[in-house]
Amino acid sequence: MGAFHSNPAEQTYRDLAEKTGFSVEQIWILHNRFKQLSHDEEMLRRDDFKAIPDLACNPIRSQIIEAFFDQRNFQTNSDGTAHEIGFEEFLTVMSYFRPPSLNMTQEEKEDLRRAKLRFLFNMHDTDNDGTITLEEYRHVVEELLSRSGAIGQETAKGITDAAMLEVASTSVGHMGPDDVYEGITFEHFLKILKGIEIESRMHIRFLNMDTTVLCK
Amino acid sequence: MTSRAMTLAGLFLLLLTPGTGGSQVPGTDGAGDHGGPHGLDGHGANATNKAFPVLSFDYKHVQMPFEISLWVLLASLMKLGFHLIPRLSSIVPESCLLIVVGLLVGGLIRVVGEDPPILGSQLFFLCLLPPIILDAGYFLPIRPFTENVGTILMFAVVGTLWNAFFVGGLLYGVCQLEGTHLGRVDLMACLLFGSIISAVDPVAVLAVFEEIHINELLHILVFGESLLNDAVTVVLYHLFEEFAAAGGVTIKDVFLGIVCFLVVALGGILVGAIYGVLAAFTSRFTSHTRVIEPLFVFLYSYMAYLSAEVFHLSGIMALIACGAVMRPYVEANISHKSHTTIKYFLKMWSSVSETLIFIFLGVSTVAGQHHWNWTFVICTVILCLVARVLGVVGLTFMINKFRIVKLTTKDQFIIAYGGLRGAIAFSLGYLLDKVHFPMRDMFLTAIITVIFFTVFVQGMTIRPLVDLLAVKKKQETKRSINEEIHTQFLDHLLTGIEDICGHYGHHHWKDKLNRFNKKYVKKCLIAGERSKEPQLIAFYHKMEMKQAIELVESGGGVKIPSAMPSTVSMQNIQPKKPTERALPQLSKSREEEIRKILRTNLQKTRQRLRSYNRHTLVADPYEDGWNDMFLKRRRVMELGKKISELNNYLTVPAPAPDSPTMARARLASDPQAWSIKPKSDSIPTIQVDLASPQSPDSVNMVDEFNKPSKPTEAEEEEGLMMKAPSSSADQKERKRDKEDGVEQQRLARCLSDPGPSAEDDEDEPFLP
Repeated sequence: MGAFHSNPAEQTYRDLAEKTGFSVEQIWILHNRFKQLSHDEEMLRRDDFKAIPDLACNPIRSQIIEAFFDQRNFQTNSDGTAHEIGFEEFLTVMSYFRPPSLNMTQEEKEDLRRAKLRFLFNMHDTDNDGTITLEEYRHVVEELLSRSGAIGQETAKGITDAAMLEVASTSVGHMGPDDVYEGITFEHFLKILKGIEIESRMHIRFLNMDTTVLCK
Repeated sequence: MTSRAMTLAGLFLLLLTPGTGGSQVPGTDGAGDHGGPHGLDGHGANATNKAFPVLSFDYKHVQMPFEISLWVLLASLMKLGFHLIPRLSSIVPESCLLIVVGLLVGGLIRVVGEDPPILGSQLFFLCLLPPIILDAGYFLPIRPFTENVGTILMFAVVGTLWNAFFVGGLLYGVCQLEGTHLGRVDLMACLLFGSIISAVDPVAVLAVFEEIHINELLHILVFGESLLNDAVTVVLYHLFEEFAAAGGVTIKDVFLGIVCFLVVALGGILVGAIYGVLAAFTSRFTSHTRVIEPLFVFLYSYMAYLSAEVFHLSGIMALIACGAVMRPYVEANISHKSHTTIKYFLKMWSSVSETLIFIFLGVSTVAGQHHWNWTFVICTVILCLVARVLGVVGLTFMINKFRIVKLTTKDQFIIAYGGLRGAIAFSLGYLLDKVHFPMRDMFLTAIITVIFFTVFVQGMTIRPLVDLLAVKKKQETKRSINEEIHTQFLDHLLTGIEDICGHYGHHHWKDKLNRFNKKYVKKCLIAGERSKEPQLIAFYHKMEMKQAIELVESGGGVKIPSAMPSTVSMQNIQPKKPTERALPQLSKSREEEIRKILRTNLQKTRQRLRSYNRHTLVADPYEDGWNDMFLKRRRVMELGKKISELNNYLTVPAPAPDSPTMARARLASDPQAWSIKPKSDSIPTIQVDLASPQSPDSVNMVDEFNKPSKPTEAEEEEGLMMKAPSSSADQKERKRDKEDGVEQQRLARCLSDPGPSAEDDEDEPFLP
């Protein structure tokens, strides 16, 4: 793409704004960041993400990075993982973290909530079979506790089992001794996270993004 | 129940009459006549003239504690009484009832001729208020508080300032009007009055809001505001008091006032935090003296309050800061019983305090000297209401620009309506110096009227209004482990996204604070291993303990302590392990043979086969006991041969050549066994002995054998037992049994493919 002030770029921004819901200025700021991360290239790779120093101490770093390359999150009805992403995909993934706007109807809020929970679900369901199995859930908990050494790993199993049991109890209710609960489906996932108001909690304040702090 | 109150009040009055009356309750110097008990003064000559007093009456020297105890008893009995009348407590909030009781008691005292005690400021601020605030601060829900702290501060600081100036200013305007005879009230006095009356009272808010179970956001907004506006109130009060005394105000004074506000607020918080850290540090070493752990919590908090009061800092903020800072560390250090003790003591004290405060309010109304001025009082009430509504609406308009979850009109209404005034306003008014403020009585009357109005009218109507407006109520569900996992996950996710954006938002800082906390602070303040425990694990352990306690309390596991009884258990969620069999496949014919044996020989067995799969077989104990299971040696030997023919599917390696008795094999650690029935000779008969519920963990056979076998257990039981032949204990046993002539065989937990014992592999190749 050429310089920012040329008309084709602005038109692209406006298209993106319509598609993702960001304002043009927010897109401009994010594009700056994108270029900074990708060292002025057009595509972003996993290594670029790994080079962000602040991200190094995040226990679920790898899962976050994977989420950016997960084609299920690109709203293009495809799956699999991409090798590198462009700005449009970057923006699409970022749009999952927009706050709800003031004049949303109840239905729109519900859709937003489902979209955000779908993003979370995709982060857990790594093999894309539509359910979060015990193994996948255990992996999630282990990652969360990965900074806690040995204690974490042992208790992770117990915690995962308790959590899975809870999901099974609340979602399915009565199961015979031979039935096996295969995994958490998306509907069950929605149900257990009903208590957390996802639409208002899963957001970043894009309003006051200060580009001068983008030194890393 | 009021009859009970009457008798108590009557008793109280009876005892009051001999004592001193007409003063503040703690103010009386209850020093009685300590000159020796009961007449034996050492005036020997005089004493011998009178008869020795068998029974004497000396009230004076216990008067003060006696009166205090009686008041507290009265308050508690009142509380008891209200809850015995079911309909009453659901319509009228407790605070109203208590004020009415106070009025009655005060009236009674008046009727008798005594002067009822007034709620002294000393008593109120030093004894009655701290427990309530500590209770609120210790159990403050930190997460909603910090998420809304901006909004709360806006309401507390800006809202209170607005209220004070609006009410004070307009009242001054009213006073200046002709015809009201209020010309004496100058601007400073009016502003002072405005600042006293404008503060939302935490006690009243707590008392009313706790009964209506409103949703967490609104509760924390109104309650947080009532707590944090103490700093503003303190500063304004002292400021205007000084100004009214001094007479004039300059710009410098205003500027100093602002600085003073910052000092008071931040200083209070700092003092509280210091004491909180001290308390946390002390609790690290209390593992050997668990009994006094709660005492440290209370003492440090009270000291924080008093220390802040020494410097005229905000005592309430100090107390809140102390409680909030020390709680996570103290709870990690103290025992579970101490935790319960702290909780119950705090609840108890705060409850009693609250009750006493309201009763005293009622009594003081009767006792005080009032100066009723229609204009002043009516204007005050109206202006307070108007100021509150305008303030809330205006502030919400500004705040909503910065909030993600906007405050709706309903929310604003509840916030405005929940601005109750209470005893703090009264005490502050009572503290006014009569010399500087001759209109103090008028102020007090107006304050009491506003308090009554807000508590009675607003307090009583808020509950039906909440139902009418369908305001969201508090969710009763407990926090589940899934929510906890995902809350943490979300925190990390959002922090990560912020880092990717390069935007240092509040998730980033919160994460930094958490890491700092974990790395340095927790190591200092938490004892032992728990300092490294991550929050998720702590939550999990807490939950497990709660469930265990519930289980015990519900009578030993009969009732499943969950909302929806479900039969889902561990085995349902374990994934099927299809291919992990370390054991060889049985051929079909062998399997059939085994099944036939089992079927034909398991007599009178209640087969409670919950699930049959190849790995485990569960059955019930054989009723006739295992006393019948003696086998002759011959049969045992044959059995041994047969078993080895079966290729040891059911047991155990063949007996070593040198041991004539049966091979003993321990197959599993639980003492479930089959015993061999002495019936047929050709087929090894197996009788079921004990049953144990199927454990979801599959038994790892190799490990089983590597575990030291438990000979003691085996020896106790008389059933048949089979152990690895080469273990020395068994050798001894075998010899012993050989001598007894009793051979017993027991197959503990028949596993269709048991592995050999580790020591035995030199014998037969177990696996074909």
